[in-house]
Amino acid sequence: MTVPGRLHSVASIRQDLMFPTHLESAVKLWHLAIAFAAAAAASCTSKTARSGSDTTGGGTRTASGGSALTGAGATFPFPIYDRWFHEYAAKTGIKINYQPIGSGGGIKQLSEQTVDFGASDAPMTDAEMAGAKGGPIMHFPTVVGVVAVAYNLAGLAQPIRLSGAAVADIFAGRITKWNDSRLVALNPGVTLPNADILVVHRSEASGTTYVFSDYLSAVSPRWKASPGRGKELSWPTGLGAKGNDGVTAQIKQTPGAVGYVELAYVKQNGLATALIQNSAGQFVAPAASAATAAAEGAVAKLPANTDYRVSIVNSPGAQTYPIASFTWLLLYRNEPDTVKARELVDFVRWAYTDGQKDAESLDYAPLPKSLVSRLTARLDSIVPRRPAAAR
Amino acid sequence: MTDSAAASRTPVSQTPVSSRRIEGSSAGDRVYRWTTAGFAMVVPILLCLIAWEVFAAGWPALAKFGVGFFTTSDWDPVAGNFGAAPAVFGTLVSSLLALIIATPLAVGVAIFLSEFAPRPLRQPVAFFVDLLAAIPSVVYGLWGILVLVPILRSTVMPFIKNTLHLENFPLFSGPAYGPSMLAAGCILAIMILPYIAAVTREVLMAVPRSQREAALALGATRWEMIWAAVLPYARSGIIGGVILGLGRALGETMAVTMVIGNRHEISASLFAPGYTMASVIANEFTEATSDLHIASLMAVGAGLFIVTIVVNAIARWLVWRTGGVKTA
Repeated sequence: MTVPGRLHSVASIRQDLMFPTHLESAVKLWHLAIAFAAAAAASCTSKTARSGSDTTGGGTRTASGGSALTGAGATFPFPIYDRWFHEYAAKTGIKINYQPIGSGGGIKQLSEQTVDFGASDAPMTDAEMAGAKGGPIMHFPTVVGVVAVAYNLAGLAQPIRLSGAAVADIFAGRITKWNDSRLVALNPGVTLPNADILVVHRSEASGTTYVFSDYLSAVSPRWKASPGRGKELSWPTGLGAKGNDGVTAQIKQTPGAVGYVELAYVKQNGLATALIQNSAGQFVAPAASAATAAAEGAVAKLPANTDYRVSIVNSPGAQTYPIASFTWLLLYRNEPDTVKARELVDFVRWAYTDGQKDAESLDYAPLPKSLVSRLTARLDSIVPRRPAAAR
Repeated sequence: MTDSAAASRTPVSQTPVSSRRIEGSSAGDRVYRWTTAGFAMVVPILLCLIAWEVFAAGWPALAKFGVGFFTTSDWDPVAGNFGAAPAVFGTLVSSLLALIIATPLAVGVAIFLSEFAPRPLRQPVAFFVDLLAAIPSVVYGLWGILVLVPILRSTVMPFIKNTLHLENFPLFSGPAYGPSMLAAGCILAIMILPYIAAVTREVLMAVPRSQREAALALGATRWEMIWAAVLPYARSGIIGGVILGLGRALGETMAVTMVIGNRHEISASLFAPGYTMASVIANEFTEATSDLHIASLMAVGAGLFIVTIVVNAIARWLVWRTGGVKTA
């Protein structure tokens, strides 16, 4: 770039006008520069493409040092993924570039094979699975996300208690006052104010909304019929705020507001959260341990050949918190690049062992131990574990 | 008529002759000419490509829902029904509201700066007004959430409802949540104010001195001089500035999304949450997975594209009509 630029210094412009040959040479130089840049770019891409086949045999550790894995998808688990990728890079030298562009975008990019792995808050549908260009896709749960029902009511000594049906009725606009008889019945001894309920929901499509509406669809047939389950709904009432932080701010500012947010935002902002009645009839506060229990309860029922595209809302068990969900990493079953396949599987294996320790400090719930051992065995079925000496 | 036409043509016709002479003598000139012509063509070509791309991508939705896409208000991604009427309505209403608030303010600022302000004050005040245009949209949005919306909810809205007793007036009915069409209009008003003020100030300064002197000579007070002689002279230029502001308000995304309440519903009340076309796209595009959903968002984009182009065309035409007044 700078070479033709220098040739065209102010002093030489006049010369160029008089002697067009100079100009032609400058133009040629430009062409050369462009050609050079293109060649450099091409060699880069061919290098990454080659790295797989060239180094299949052995010594993957050294060969993979320079290459990078790319992924795209969900924003919800991004804080923990980001930490994982940093820790993993520090430990192994394998860099993982992750773009938190949203679950939908992640699924699309994985289907087009423009990234090595995807990530999603909602499991892929059968149609999406069928559309993937690289063959069958496997879902690997990484952590459990917890969605809390937060509210703003002054002067209450204890957290309010809500049943699934009551939550559905509030968010459907069928309960509009805090002192509605159905809420009073759930909260004996609590004086609920005669105030309007303001429902706050996410304005943008979101995995959090998916989990929340998944739960409401599970506990309320009326909700399932309409508005149903999705990342973005046709909300019957309330107003939309952008992001978990937008919903949090709105609840915090507005007396009488109620909304659903991820656990981390509740804690950071000191919002009051409702105890939700689980399938065993217990009222449980949102917490990582209760969500892990939910995952445990749901997983116990899974058949051996499950593909882990499962919902864990309203799962059985006395200690379970009912509004929780896996978030998934999406990998191709038959990754053609065997080096990448091994690197990805090694990373997920690490995430199941060392990585799980990060979960609670970032307000995600770790996977239950029983599930981790099942998932690790599943990883071994894709890429056999390396001999201990090589690791 | 013919004289003036010939006179105006003469200087124009000289340019090609001279350039043709150079063209014949220098290959370098030809290269420069084609290079710059290429650069110049990039912009309209890009515009056409963007328009084509947006319309083509939105076509499945337009084909499925027809005109109904812009006239129905059911937006249900789960069921696959999309109607953008609330967003179109919200875009137009929030922008109009912004104009109603911002125009008198901006014209007032411009009149003060061009007619009354002492000389040392003019540049600093004008600078600060222009600075409003440099604040990022998302900062306005945060300010809106944390400052403007609470003030509206706890002070302005109760005042209108309870002190002025307008709670049954349709424009101010319904509960006062805070995030609302009114909040969006206020944010937009602040954001477009510097544009209108800057253009108006330029236009007012371009009013000939003789215009003012004539009015003063007839015995007008300073205020009468501005009202009767300066403003009418600058009228079309001011309108141009206002429409430039409108063009900006129509497309503003981030700040509006953060305060408008994002609800797909047409409500007569300014206190009710609403939606704008730009906000819909910003909110839903990242996680839109079904083809029809994406097509619908693209169709909303196409609609916004048309509205913005029409408004900008009108602005150009109006500014051009004032003659000699340059806008930034």
